Amino acid sequence: MKSIKNISRRSFVKSIGLASGGLILACNTSVFSDKEKAPENLINFNPNLFVQINSDGSVILIASRSEMGNGVRTSLPSVIADEMEADWSKITVQQAVGDKKYGDQNTDGSRSIRYLYEPMRKMGAIAKAMLIAAAAQKWEVPAAECSVENHFIIHTSGKKIGFGDLVEIAKTLEIPSDTNLTYKDPKDFKYIGKHLKGVDVAAYANGSAIFGLDKRLSNMKFVAIARCPVAFGTVKSFDKTRALKVAGVLDVIEIPRIEKPFGALGGVAVIATNTWAAFKGKEALKVDWDFGDNKVYDSEKYMSQITENVHKLGKVGKDIGNINNAFKKAAKTIESTFQLPHLAHAPMEVPNAVAWVKDDTCEVWAPTQDPQSARKEVTDYLETSEDKVTINVTFLGGGFGRKSKPDYVVEAVIVSKAINAPVQVVWTREDDIKHGYFHTISAQYLKASFDKNGKVTGWLHRFALPSIVSTFQPGVDFAAGFEISSAANVPFDIENLKVEVGQAPAHVRIGWLRSVINIPHGFSINVFADELAHATNKDPLEFRLNLIGNDRIEDTNDPIKYDTARLKNVLKIAAKNADWGKQLPEGHAYGLAVHYSFYSYVASVVEVSMKNNKVKVHNVYSVIDCGTVVNKNTVTAQMEGAAIFGMQLAYYGKITAKNGAIEQNNYNDYKMIRINEIPQVHVEIVESTEKPTGVGEPGVPVIAPAIINAIFKLTGKRYYNLPLSDYDLV
Amino acid sequence: MITLQINGEKHAIDVAPEMPLLWAIRDIIGLTGTKYGCGIGVCGSCKILLDDSPVQSCMIPVTAAEGKNITTIEGQSKNLQLLQNSWEELNVPQCGFCQPGQLIAATALLDKNENPTDEDIDEAMIGNICRCGTYQRIRKAIHRTVKLKNQS
Repeated sequence: MKSIKNISRRSFVKSIGLASGGLILACNTSVFSDKEKAPENLINFNPNLFVQINSDGSVILIASRSEMGNGVRTSLPSVIADEMEADWSKITVQQAVGDKKYGDQNTDGSRSIRYLYEPMRKMGAIAKAMLIAAAAQKWEVPAAECSVENHFIIHTSGKKIGFGDLVEIAKTLEIPSDTNLTYKDPKDFKYIGKHLKGVDVAAYANGSAIFGLDKRLSNMKFVAIARCPVAFGTVKSFDKTRALKVAGVLDVIEIPRIEKPFGALGGVAVIATNTWAAFKGKEALKVDWDFGDNKVYDSEKYMSQITENVHKLGKVGKDIGNINNAFKKAAKTIESTFQLPHLAHAPMEVPNAVAWVKDDTCEVWAPTQDPQSARKEVTDYLETSEDKVTINVTFLGGGFGRKSKPDYVVEAVIVSKAINAPVQVVWTREDDIKHGYFHTISAQYLKASFDKNGKVTGWLHRFALPSIVSTFQPGVDFAAGFEISSAANVPFDIENLKVEVGQAPAHVRIGWLRSVINIPHGFSINVFADELAHATNKDPLEFRLNLIGNDRIEDTNDPIKYDTARLKNVLKIAAKNADWGKQLPEGHAYGLAVHYSFYSYVASVVEVSMKNNKVKVHNVYSVIDCGTVVNKNTVTAQMEGAAIFGMQLAYYGKITAKNGAIEQNNYNDYKMIRINEIPQVHVEIVESTEKPTGVGEPGVPVIAPAIINAIFKLTGKRYYNLPLSDYDLV
Repeated sequence: MITLQINGEKHAIDVAPEMPLLWAIRDIIGLTGTKYGCGIGVCGSCKILLDDSPVQSCMIPVTAAEGKNITTIEGQSKNLQLLQNSWEELNVPQCGFCQPGQLIAATALLDKNENPTDEDIDEAMIGNICRCGTYQRIRKAIHRTVKLKNQS
């Protein structure tokens, strides 16, 4: 199958910002990674990197981002399909390999739709314009007399022709300039803003979806790796005698630590003919570790230390007005301290990767959120050039931020190179719980002042937490700007506001986990605001709306504006949907929280009861304003899932370290929410024509504080620390 | 040699007798729809039907499955196919990884209970973790399946 060369496309792809500086090879836009998948005897037309139309009318659309439950393989192609008026039933979605020519592929930060909505519409518009031009040429009529509808170009005379029949002519045409592109009126959208079924649901339901863990190559070896219990510890010596006696174990080798943020931790790799033998062989290993400096890490003691640090002056992150004055003049002050533990991502599919280093090339199949980052790490390790490295993206059995860090890919490449065979490295669940990139541990201190009328006059937020930056720059021991902003941008109309950060060195790998810094900040701000409402005998809803204050655009120093009217709107809708203020059954109470993150506005009202001192969440009323919605089904699903994710961290989420080693092991002691614990989650999506903003993460931060606020309403007791399992409440 | 009957097909395999059924199914026989999630029998990702009973295949040795009928997610059973249809229609899966185990557990439930209540569903599905949090749709999809069955 030959692709079409059209050098003019290079400048086009660059101009829409998809190339991120890389040269586009116009001859290499074929989407097929293996020949057998290519339709036979078809002529095809590739107007751009993301669209291929075949002469039988079938259309292949490229998903450049990773599918991990985020619905991106449905949403991104649906935007292209809608704009080009393609028949959804004729579309196949193909996963892109990791390559800069696709632009930013890092499926993280709730960015896919936010970044790619406009470019994908443009991809569709180009295809549409070229098909219309092709029809006009064939019929010898002006293009203006042609329109497009459901996979056909239609002439004003009534004659029509299918997309597939235009491929031969379309492929000879020049790419239209921007000014020649027309876009649909949003009211004519067929897929965008609707409930579109996921393109992969059937494959998920019948077991045919290939996750990283399911990738098989002939002669592939299975590998388990023993890693030091303490972060960055190293192998002193090891005894492989017993491991080699396990049936199926082929070899045991030491692998180096790669001292990079996403480098391998290093350790001892057991190579076997099947996963189970590799796991058993690993158990049978005897390794003498040099634990290194982090063996001192005791997360309980550490929590006391960072709590002390937030009870004294810290580095200033934001300072408006005069907080000391406000406190001095206050009629009343309130202060609280919050402590939240480390969390683990624990996606259902453990980290794993297949790698095959063969001669001077390397091919990888991995569940990765960031194939370009994986490609870079592999290229660096092999000291080769990127064109020698292919990263195939499989389905991800959950990501939540864990799988944007390709340390496990590097491990597979190290072992494959060492033994000169294709390998699959599989982490045990215990490996996943113990050796991840943990969500930070945090202590926070908040203090507020009131004047004699009960108006909040001062707000101090001081926090200490090991920064994500410590993973990239060892030794960094204060929060970075992006970790300060969600506290600094608190949308309250308060005259005197100060944010300070305390010292907090890292002793484990710190990474981002679904909604990241918004977990601690969304928690403390929402719980503390509720506390202030009760301290002044105000209804928490009314109090919060007043605290947010007048409608305004907050000065967040960001191109996307923080609109307090939209923030209040989601809170009001959530309250309305829950019928806030209504008489609830005996022993039930509502709690609320509202938070802005990833440029989206989310509020949740939760209904909680307590029976025999156990918490039960009955209903969650969540509202999101994420601007333009591409797939309502996905947004609803993400909000439903975010409620469960938020409940998990409220109920059970706690990773602890002793002598530097993580104490939890598996889902038995790092518990998940189960079906008997779930509430009914009611989701409303605000209708909006604003730019699309984040969806995957913003639903998480509000859940835990809303639960805590409901518990307070019910019991008069305020829980400042999570998880609730520590109090035997769940 | 150990002979396993999976989805109506016989497979003779040469493995250690204590190898958990999960790994025989995935790594030796090559049916990868059955998933590894925890390896200690607490997540349900590896559920299969063993003579119609839902079993966590990571917890039983291959020898315990000899002479029995194993049904995996790739297999056929009336309730499984009906449930798969509801899973699709209600767009249950997010990442999809745990869903084979969820569907097997739900199949076992409907095989025994034609009209499960929410409590029955909780009891049957409590052993299956979904990190994406699709439980609400799982419950709804089971109810939908029952409703369609009762209508026909």
